[in-house]
Amino acid sequence: MEATLIAPPTLKENASLQDATKDLETVTLSVPEIVCGNCIRTVETALRNIRGVSAARANLALRRVTVTLCRRNDNASPDVPDLVAALKNVGYTAAEVVEGAETTASHGRTSELIPRLGVAGFAAANIMLLSVSVWSGEASDMDNSVRDLFHWVSALIALPAIAYAGQPFFRSAFSALQAHRLNMDVPISLGILLATAMSLFQTIRGGEQVYFDAAITLVFFLLIGRSLDESMRVRARGAAENLLSLRAMSATVVSEDGSVRSLPARALSPGMRVAIAAGERIPADGTVASGRSEIDESLITGETVPRYVAAGAHVHAGTVNGSGTLHILVTIADENTLLAEIGRLMLAAEQSRGRYVRLADRAAQIYAPAVHVLGLLTFAAWMLSGSGWELSVTHAIAVLIITCPCALALAVPAVQVAAMSRLLSRGVIVKAADGLERMGEIDSVVFDKTGTLTLEEVVLVDDQNIDARLLARVASLAVTSRHPYAQAIVRAARDRAIVVDAVEGVQEIPGFGLSYIDEGREQRLGSAQWVGAGADQNAEASLWYKSTDETPVGFRFIDIIRPDARETVEALRDAGYSVELLSGDRPQAVARAAAASLITDWQGALSPSEKLERIGELRSKGHKTLMVGDGLNDAPALAAGYASMSPASAVDISQAAADAVFQGDRLGSVVETLKVAQAARRMALQNFAIAIAYNAIFVPMAMLGQVTPLVAALAMSTSSIVVTANAIRLRTKKLRLKPVRRYE
Amino acid sequence: MTSLAWLIPAALTLGLVGLGGFLWALRSGQLEDLEGAGWRAIEDGEPASTNANEESADRHA
Repeated sequence: MEATLIAPPTLKENASLQDATKDLETVTLSVPEIVCGNCIRTVETALRNIRGVSAARANLALRRVTVTLCRRNDNASPDVPDLVAALKNVGYTAAEVVEGAETTASHGRTSELIPRLGVAGFAAANIMLLSVSVWSGEASDMDNSVRDLFHWVSALIALPAIAYAGQPFFRSAFSALQAHRLNMDVPISLGILLATAMSLFQTIRGGEQVYFDAAITLVFFLLIGRSLDESMRVRARGAAENLLSLRAMSATVVSEDGSVRSLPARALSPGMRVAIAAGERIPADGTVASGRSEIDESLITGETVPRYVAAGAHVHAGTVNGSGTLHILVTIADENTLLAEIGRLMLAAEQSRGRYVRLADRAAQIYAPAVHVLGLLTFAAWMLSGSGWELSVTHAIAVLIITCPCALALAVPAVQVAAMSRLLSRGVIVKAADGLERMGEIDSVVFDKTGTLTLEEVVLVDDQNIDARLLARVASLAVTSRHPYAQAIVRAARDRAIVVDAVEGVQEIPGFGLSYIDEGREQRLGSAQWVGAGADQNAEASLWYKSTDETPVGFRFIDIIRPDARETVEALRDAGYSVELLSGDRPQAVARAAAASLITDWQGALSPSEKLERIGELRSKGHKTLMVGDGLNDAPALAAGYASMSPASAVDISQAAADAVFQGDRLGSVVETLKVAQAARRMALQNFAIAIAYNAIFVPMAMLGQVTPLVAALAMSTSSIVVTANAIRLRTKKLRLKPVRRYE
Repeated sequence: MTSLAWLIPAALTLGLVGLGGFLWALRSGQLEDLEGAGWRAIEDGEPASTNANEESADRHA
């Protein structure tokens, strides 16, 4: 390795580097801490200094780095762990991004939309240039031949531009019609196509009713809305993927000859032997092959007291190893009854949510048939009044052009883009496209306890009753251990400004506790069984201390409630939301957390299916429930809730099931999300009202045959701009949580 | 009115040049990181293109 590092590459090698493009491999790393120009340089330089890296390009917007690796000789080429280690050296955490199929597909959609947007913009600007001349020419001295020339030039630009730029709408409308459905793209496509066809016909005849400008501006505006929507979605999904990839674990695999190598957790296969150090997260389901330790399973069950494991015990991916070192044999995840059950529950729960119809689609289902009927009515009325079929068709088409739902189609996406970017800047990633809409209708909130209402850290229950000398002695033992309880004791001692003396010779017996022999007197700190405390003494204590001949002393621990849990619950309750706490943890612990956060409705010791049942119960009462949870045991409930959120620390199944993921310690994100969701819903409805008001003015005009191309172009552009401008207000507007209707 | 004969093509050509420029920029990935591009512009010392830099570094190594 040293030798290859020093040896200068010969010219020949360099030549092969240029040729062998097929040996290049691209890796994308998520580096969330890239925030400025300096970071770009540091990260890129660090990566480019690794031998075998041929290029590194940081992307500040995505917080990612694309690294091109050159695989010319097998032993010298760096791998992902090397890159991550190099970045760690310069102070950045990184992880490989594994993109889902959906992300790749939507990347494709955005890169398809933007060129179309460019073409539509070019065409719209140039046609408008010609149209304005024609409109002003009508009032002055333009003669008909020049007008016809301008119409022809417009047609020349508009026809190819519409044929190219309008494809996304035509395709979507066609597939909707094929499935015997109506969506917003049906009236849009109809409007665009009819406007173009009629304009072409009028141009050939040398007529005046030429709507090329309206048609292409329409396409331009709609494409703006759609590409913004799509790129926002790509950003949100990218941010969610960044979070998940940072949580992805690497595993230390021990091969049969005893050598170890590091593998990403997803590359593990059944039968592999994995070494797990103290305090590490377990990367895969498996059985303990050797070692003893205790496992913190709070992410799986909500239970905060660790479980003791020894050889033969089952362990779950995502749980945290305590103080001992374990070797586990990886088993197939499906074999596991708990995970399999959760998978089944989730599948059933998701089906119940699938029925939600998005706001825009609901509007389209009413709007599309209505405008088509209006068009027909116009045609029939003009025919009946004896105007001849040509004039009647012209007026009917004018109605369809004017009702082409540009503003209506922008109404929801514009609001959603504004809402999602507002939330993203506050650390909330909205993943599901319709999630925000569903959240706007929520009237009850159900929290999970461990990891959601509380943080993943425990504190010693210390009402200043613990004797300072005792605490000092216990802490000097505890300071040698990485166990969360031991660390909590040390923190408590420091908080009381007790000097903790380090002692030498403390032994840690994994799964039991600490032992220290000083001048023939043994002190023990650990489980009740380890110190020999009876079950009758202080049943809630989870850690015990015993000095040779004294009676054992028990210590209680509670998990830290998120700093603003109480405010959040109060804010929700003041707005009329019903708030509940459902946990898998012991009832006493749940009661404490409920009291600390002022939640009156709580249930403890619930299994995943009982949580699911409770959500179903709320639904059958007519509640629309927001489930907030993080554990594996919450996943089915998250999938079943009307909407769902999870903290960024949640297990990946829960993050995948949730509509939104919030980062940071503050629970207030839930309130903020609900506020924005409510406001987004109000604004979407406002936008619908604007669009309907626009139609109420211009449709009668069109039916009476009073709409000229100038009026059409003005009216349609104005309504789109008004709707978008209204939506943009959401980014900065001050919001208040609006009261919700209560059922009970 | 004869000036229209060259004014219209001129306007269209200019427009097409702009469109071509946009599509070229899009295809060459210049719009991929709008935030980072701003930072790179004010950075001094290093060449803008990381690819070129890497190749030259490799050659001198």
